[in-house]
Amino acid sequence: MTDPVLSVRGLRTEFATRAGTVVAVDSVSFDVAAGEVLGVVGESGSGKTITGFSILGLIDRPGRITAGEVLLNGTDLRKLPESQMQRLRGDRIAMIFQDPMMTLNPVLRIDTQMVETICAHRDVSTARAREMAAEALGLVGIPSPVERLRNYPHEMSGGMRQRVVIAMALMLEPDLIIADEPTTALDVTIQSQILSEVQRLLAQRRTALIWITHDLTVVAGLAHRVAVMYAGHIVETGAVDDLLDTPAHPYTQGLISSIPSAVPRGERLVPISGMTPSLINLPAGCAFAPRCPQADARCQAERPWQKELTRGHALRCFHPLVQGAAS
Amino acid sequence: MTVTRADTPLRRFVADYLTSPLAVVAGLGLAVIVLLAVFAGQIAPQNPYDLGQITIFDGSLPPGELGFEGFRFWLGSDEQGRDMLSAMIYGLRISLFVSFVAVGSAVLIGLGLGLLAAWRGGSIEAIVMRTVDIQLSFPALLVALLLLAALGKGVDKVIIALILVQWAYFARTVRAAALVEIKKDYVMAARAAALPQWRILFGHVLPNVMPPVLVIATVQIANAIAIEASLSFLGVGVPITEPSLGLLIANGFDYLLSGRYWISFYPGVALLITLVCINLVGDHVRDILNPRMQS
Repeated sequence: MTDPVLSVRGLRTEFATRAGTVVAVDSVSFDVAAGEVLGVVGESGSGKTITGFSILGLIDRPGRITAGEVLLNGTDLRKLPESQMQRLRGDRIAMIFQDPMMTLNPVLRIDTQMVETICAHRDVSTARAREMAAEALGLVGIPSPVERLRNYPHEMSGGMRQRVVIAMALMLEPDLIIADEPTTALDVTIQSQILSEVQRLLAQRRTALIWITHDLTVVAGLAHRVAVMYAGHIVETGAVDDLLDTPAHPYTQGLISSIPSAVPRGERLVPISGMTPSLINLPAGCAFAPRCPQADARCQAERPWQKELTRGHALRCFHPLVQGAAS
Repeated sequence: MTVTRADTPLRRFVADYLTSPLAVVAGLGLAVIVLLAVFAGQIAPQNPYDLGQITIFDGSLPPGELGFEGFRFWLGSDEQGRDMLSAMIYGLRISLFVSFVAVGSAVLIGLGLGLLAAWRGGSIEAIVMRTVDIQLSFPALLVALLLLAALGKGVDKVIIALILVQWAYFARTVRAAALVEIKKDYVMAARAAALPQWRILFGHVLPNVMPPVLVIATVQIANAIAIEASLSFLGVGVPITEPSLGLLIANGFDYLLSGRYWISFYPGVALLITLVCINLVGDHVRDILNPRMQS
């Protein structure tokens, strides 16, 4: 494999609250190569969105990144001064948000919003920026892009708006796109259309993509590799087929059993019992232990470290469901 | 809602505004009032402050009376022989000028400080908002009276006093609205796209906080006219050489009980109509722009 576009090493992000320090992201490490899609899966509050914001350096007080490296093409973004970070943000790394109605400013026309983003990063005339914006809209499958540029966000459908948002992320040809549940607000048919187009565009341009979602089925069709997050940790990571076919962490197994279509007809769904723990006072041991069917005394007392099960398939668990060659 | 290609926010606003006949009438009334004030010099039958045009022989004529030189005083004259109708049109000009300039400046100051407080937070926000709290805990008229007592009379001083009592309303509203907007995803998206801060603040947040500001501005213009009239009535407002509607009312006050009601009465009616028109327009604008009242 070539050098990764993005390499995150031991990332830790904390929020100081009145009730105590919340460690939202802890010891998170992963790589994304050019053209590769990494799916980050987890429940609400598992730290997946904060991971995305941490990469972009958009953690607001009272939060701050306390440890780790974020290497983009070998440069540690955490050591860059804010002015250089500004230049990278939106240009080399773009972000797509969950709700397209909220991501586009309701009182500004599409062209205003696209052109100002281009002009913030490229030294081009407004006319040229408009051309670039129209090209980008055409690329994501919006018919008559030149006329559409003059629309306000409310004049477009949800799917159309999400295409606009994706076009805005793609138009400066970034090295990396971080997509935070971008299709969650859309209906299933539009979702699959957009997914397949995103897939095609990324493969063409060899853009790396981090796709943050709670939906394993989306990840199954889109991602090359998956990282499952729980309570701020990556509990299991591996190639998409390995991880979905032979999940080794009980939590991953639990996620898969809660998908309706993965369970044979007529059988009951198996939910994961219990709730995600409060991140303020995580237990000394494995964060998943209170909900885990496999947990024993060791899991309560000691936090499992990351170990490799097979090549590229790693997890944090004392009792993996699958015994790999390396263990 | 049907959506057409040319459906700009402004057009939608105008279309919504035209649905209320009362608001349309009030809007037209307000337009006439503003035009009267702007073109006072061309419209008024007499220049009431040109001593060559007025004569003491025409003093205290009742409405409709013919003057010494054949000039008809439709709304009567005051004790110096000024045509009341002309004096009112000129007075309206002063009243509107003072209130529009004062509210306009207060909006600018309030927008600037409110946005700054919401965006920066911390000690800047605390200082601005506590100042607003202190300011708003005193009655506006009291603050204005104290200021004018210290500054002295004059149109410019009345404007300064009005700005000082009104900026706090705008700062508080803008901060509250901006705090809501800043939390929205489009601001985060703009930051993720690394737009310059001023661009996010003035290009993205500002247009979204304008609706409540517009509503309060219309109400505050009516308030400013009323406060200015009160101040002038109390004798600390505009100087006698530039009488506003409030000062005209005060001038006639001494003669009310001697039967010469028109010197106070007609300026009072003009003030009332002006305030009612502005308030009706403001109410309807609020109804249109209030998201909770939209279907």
